[in-house]
Amino acid sequence: MSILTFAALIAIGSFFAGLLGALTGLGGGIIVVPMLTLAFHVDLRYAIGASLVSVIATSSGAAAAYVREGFTNLRIGIFLEVATTIGALGGAAVAGFIPTSALAILFGVVLLYTAYRSLQSHQEQSTNDPPHPWAVRMRLNGSYPTAHGMQAYTVQGVPTGFVTMFAAGMLSALLGIGSGVVKVLAMDRAMRLPFKVSTTTSNFMIGVTAAASAGVYLHRGYIEPELAFPVMLGVLGGALVGARLLVVARTRSLRLIFTAVVVILAAEMLYKGATGGL
Amino acid sequence: MEQVVGRLLQAGVLIAAAVVAVGGAMLLARDGHEIADFSVFRGESSLLRSVGAIARTAFTGDARAITQAGIVLLIATPVARVALTLVAFVVQRDRLYVGLTTIVLALLLYGLFWVG
Repeated sequence: MSILTFAALIAIGSFFAGLLGALTGLGGGIIVVPMLTLAFHVDLRYAIGASLVSVIATSSGAAAAYVREGFTNLRIGIFLEVATTIGALGGAAVAGFIPTSALAILFGVVLLYTAYRSLQSHQEQSTNDPPHPWAVRMRLNGSYPTAHGMQAYTVQGVPTGFVTMFAAGMLSALLGIGSGVVKVLAMDRAMRLPFKVSTTTSNFMIGVTAAASAGVYLHRGYIEPELAFPVMLGVLGGALVGARLLVVARTRSLRLIFTAVVVILAAEMLYKGATGGL
Repeated sequence: MEQVVGRLLQAGVLIAAAVVAVGGAMLLARDGHEIADFSVFRGESSLLRSVGAIARTAFTGDARAITQAGIVLLIATPVARVALTLVAFVVQRDRLYVGLTTIVLALLLYGLFWVG
């Protein structure tokens, strides 16, 4: 296959990954790596490099719209970023020593978990219970604009959230994904932030975490311009169109399609990992 | 402040995407007919691995280096956002968060410039 055809096909595939990711709110990064490795036989390391680049693009693109609305809690973001950037640099440091078959299996497990989470109904977990003592000391509690004025919220489970974020950073670096599902786990479940706050703050963090590991991978030679450019432009285009379509699309059926795709990719990644085919 | 951050992110992504699009188009015009094979990891050439070398090579008009420079600009966008957040905390005289933001910024710069 010529580089021209190759780039065109990858751009089309990445466009749909970005589109589905934006429409379901689960991010396209998790589809990009399996697509590149399984369909285009790209080495896992090049795939991870290209995927991280697209993760930064969608995160920064979406954040431009988010920051104006006042939902992002910068203190929480920065506090948790300490954990995710250390996790990401640590993950990038050990990535070279982990066999690709083990990474493929880990990827399969994360895909299965993503599918499981995408089928669960989201329940608002925010609360006005007394906050965790660290939340008071670090002034993490906040408020966000709603139709009925400013709504205050308290922050729970600060240590659990911090440790989970370390794992999110590590997974992001090892697999080249945004780790949105793990970040939501930390922020919605453990820290019990309101959705609008956790979604926007986690989006801010995804870009920063991916930038930490992308920097390291650039030095390691994982970022190949022939691959990164169609993936970045494709995913970005898909995400922009997806954000526009979000108003009219039926997300319930899309979510089912997304989940089915993710389950199939999980099975393939697990199989390839177990048989050493990657 | 938040307006500025929003604009910065938007501008950063758009500029990066434009540079990548120009470099990518040049790259396809030059090498588009060659056979694509990325199934074996060889590692990118050392000319396109560090920020300084990428910038120098890009200014010679090399298509691959221009594409890579666009990607570096994209990676720099969240780093710039953290730097602006640091400025916001300095203005608020919020010592704890000036400290935490400095740690995050230092880790990011370390990843981008020093890790081999």
